[in-house]
Amino acid sequence: MDKYFHSVTLDKDLCKGCTNCLKHCPTEAIRIRNSKAKIIKELCIDCGECIRICPYHAKKAITDEYEKIFDYKYKIALPAPAFYAQYNDVNIEILLYALKLLGFDEIREITVGADIVSAKTNELLSSNNIEKPLISSSCPAIVRLIKIRFPSLIPNILPFQSPLDIIAKKAKFETAEKLSISHKDVGVFFISPCAAKVTSSKVPIGIPESYVDGVISIAKIVQEIAPFYSKLTESGDDFSQSTASGIGWAKSGGESHELHSFNSIAVDGVKNVIKLLEDLEDDKITDIDFIECCACTGGCVGGPLTVNNTYVSQANIRKLIKKYQREPSCFNCNEEDVSLSLSIERDTILKLGSNMSESIKMMEAIDKLAKKLPGLDCGSCGAPSCSALAEDVVKGYAKESDCIFIYKEKLKTFMNEMNLLKE
Amino acid sequence: MENANLKLHYNVDKKDFINAGEASSSVKKVLRKLGVNPECIRNLAIAMYEAEINMVIHANGGTIDVDISPECIHVVLSDSGPGIPDIQRAMQEGYSTAGDNVRELGFGAGMGLPNIKKYSDDLKITSEIGVGTTVEIKVNIPS
Ligand SMILES: Nc1ncnc2c1ncn2[C@@H]1O[C@H](COP(=O)(O)OP(=O)(O)OP(=O)(O)O)[C@@H](O)[C@H]1O
Ligand code: SF4
Ligand SMILES: [Mg+2]
Repeated sequence: MDKYFHSVTLDKDLCKGCTNCLKHCPTEAIRIRNSKAKIIKELCIDCGECIRICPYHAKKAITDEYEKIFDYKYKIALPAPAFYAQYNDVNIEILLYALKLLGFDEIREITVGADIVSAKTNELLSSNNIEKPLISSSCPAIVRLIKIRFPSLIPNILPFQSPLDIIAKKAKFETAEKLSISHKDVGVFFISPCAAKVTSSKVPIGIPESYVDGVISIAKIVQEIAPFYSKLTESGDDFSQSTASGIGWAKSGGESHELHSFNSIAVDGVKNVIKLLEDLEDDKITDIDFIECCACTGGCVGGPLTVNNTYVSQANIRKLIKKYQREPSCFNCNEEDVSLSLSIERDTILKLGSNMSESIKMMEAIDKLAKKLPGLDCGSCGAPSCSALAEDVVKGYAKESDCIFIYKEKLKTFMNEMNLLKE
Repeated sequence: MENANLKLHYNVDKKDFINAGEASSSVKKVLRKLGVNPECIRNLAIAMYEAEINMVIHANGGTIDVDISPECIHVVLSDSGPGIPDIQRAMQEGYSTAGDNVRELGFGAGMGLPNIKKYSDDLKITSEIGVGTTVEIKVNIPS
C-alpha cells in the first residue's frame, strides 16, 4: 500500500475548481490546478473537512462496498458507537440484529475496546515517568496531524492502539480459533463514521498491520438496513455488550470522562485541536493529565460519513448512556494486543530544502515574494493564501504570475511597452 | 558551505495581551519549515514567548530581532520600558512585580525568566532604569 494512501479523494468530473475546500483545509493540503482541486497527499490527514464543505460533492471518501463481506466465509461487523446515535430511541439489540440480517455472522462492538483503552489509560496515568499530558490516540486524523505538524508532541501520544484495532485483532483470531478456521477466512468489517479510519486500516500508524479487512460507512449501512430496520421489533438475542462508558466515546468528552481522577480536557474540531496543540507545544498548557482530541466537531458522531445531525446524535448518546449503566466485563488482554508496537515516525514534509542553508535561502526568497503579494488571501491563484503561493513559487510548483494582481501589473507594463512601440 | 542567515524583525505592541505571542508563533512556523529539530523549536518557542510576554506586561512593547543560522537561533528583544532594578533577583523563581490586573490573566508566577534560562543555551539581560531592557536568547541547533 502506498505510504500516502488516502481515503479522501476528488471526483474530477464534479469539481468546479471553486475555492471552498482550498480555503477550508486545516492543513493547507489543497491547491487548485487547471481549474480542479488537487490534494497534496503528504499533507492530507483525512479529516474530511473538504467532504463537508464541497457544495458539489466532489470530495469523497473511498470506503469498501458492503458486498465485499461475501468474500469471507465468516463475516464480523464492528460497529462504531457513533452508529447507534444515528437513530433516535434506538434499541441497540435490534440494531445489531439488523446487521445480522444483512449477512454478518457475528457482531463485535467497538465500545468493548473503548472500555479496555479507558482501563489501560487510567492505569498508565497513575504510574510515574510518563510524558504528561497524554494525548488520545484513537482519532487517526489527529495522530497524522501530530506526525506532520507537531512532531515534538509524538512522545505524548497515548501508547495504546485504538479501540478499533484492539477489537479487530481479538475478533479475527478468537473467532478463527473458536471455529478452527484460518484467520484469513474471517472478514472483519468496521462500520465507520469517517474516512480517517479507512486510511488507518490501510496504512496503520504504530502497529505493523491492521486486522480490519474492510471499512463500510455508517451512511451506507443505514441505507442498506433501511428497508427492514423499522419493521424489526425483536432481536431474539441479547448480544450487546455495550456499556455507558464505551458508548460515551462516540461523542467528544466521552473518552476523557472515564478518567475520573485525572485532570483531562476534550477538544473537538481540527482547527480547535491545532490551536490547542500549538499552545501545548509552547508550554502554555499546564497541569493537564490527558487531552482527548477529535478531528470532528462533536466527536465521532460528527464524522463525515454519518447521517444524523451531530447534536441530535449527541443527545441520542446521552440517552443511551443513561440506559446502559453497567460495568464493563473483564477482558484479558495481553500487553502486546493493546500497546502500540512501533514507534511513531516524524514526518519532515514541512521542511523546505534538503539542508538548513538551502532552507534558509528558500525562506528568504519566500519572505521577499510574500511582501510583493497583496496579502488578500483571495485564493484565485490556486493557493490557500498569499504566503502559501510564495512558498509554492519558491519550491517550483507555481509561478509568480499565478497571482492575478501580479499578472495584471505585468500586463499593464507590457501594454505600455506596446503603446510606446506604436508611437 | 556558504553562510546562510535568515533575519526576521517584529514590532510588539504595548499592552496587547490578546496578540502577545504572535512573534514567537511566527518564528516557530519558520523554524519548522527550515527543518530545525522539534526539541530545539520547542525550547526556542517557550523561551521567546516568555520574553515577548514580559515585554508586553512589564514594559511598553518593543522590537524583536531574530537571526537564524544553521548553527543557532539568536533572538534579541529590546524595549524602552522601566528597566529591571535587580536582575539577579528578577531571575529568581517566584519573583514577580506583576500587578493584580495581570495576575488575573494567569501571568505573574515569576517563572518567566527562570524558564527562559532553562530552555535556552545562553541568556543575556542588560537593563537600565528608565531606559529599557534588552534580553538576548540563544538556542543552539545540534548538527
Ligand atoms: N522587559 C522587562 N521590563 C521590565 N521588567 C521586567 C521585564 N522582564 C521581566 N521584568 C521583571 O522581572 C520580573 C520577573 O519576570 P518573570 O518573567 O520571571 O516573572 P513574571 O513575568 O512576573 O511572571 P510570569 O512570567 O511567571 O508570568 C517581573 O515581575 C518584572 O518585575
Ligand atoms: S473524530 Fe472520530 S469520526 Fe472524526 S476523524 Fe476522528 S475518529 Fe474519525
Ligand atoms: Mg514573565
